[in-house]
Amino acid sequence: MMIRSELLLALAADNPDLRPEEVEQVVEIFFDEIAARLADGGRVELRGFGTFSTRQRDARNGRNPRTGDSVDVPAKRVPYFKPGKEMRERLNAD
Amino acid sequence: MMRSVGTLTRADLAETINRRMGFSRAESLALVEEILGKMGDAMAEGQNVKISGFGSFVLRDKKERIGRNPKTGVEAAITPRRVMTFRASQKLKDRISEGE
Repeated sequence: MMIRSELLLALAADNPDLRPEEVEQVVEIFFDEIAARLADGGRVELRGFGTFSTRQRDARNGRNPRTGDSVDVPAKRVPYFKPGKEMRERLNAD
Repeated sequence: MMRSVGTLTRADLAETINRRMGFSRAESLALVEEILGKMGDAMAEGQNVKISGFGSFVLRDKKERIGRNPKTGVEAAITPRRVMTFRASQKLKDRISEGE
């Protein structure tokens, strides 16, 4: 698995002219801008990689699985991601 | 009702990096490509990618199954394949559900 800190190290290694905190800020801006656009109801299209969007979920009656009590689950927006064609192909390249 | 906003692209991300960090446009765009490239390379190698506070890209291996051409109804084998899924972090889910 690659985690955020490993992504930062890999970017820093390829950008020796940048200070580590600058790499960190760039990565922060990248993911924060995507999240902000989704929170505004927009979509994010990163061709080749994939597209982020949100979908509406209607209110529904759910159940507490432990007690069996009925609970109201309110309507909400949820994130959705569709991988791009290039990524789909790379994952199945061999 | 949600207000209608446009689609964010690589160019928009690069512009924000350019504005906030003071890096050139070309350098900002190169950094956007590198972030996507590093994540894509890791997944092409079979690694999941976890970005704390944002979410995880998780690979799943699908077995072969029999599908049906929805137009013709003809059955056909769907070959085994690896797919990439995204699991948003609780922080991102909360931000999106509260955004409206």
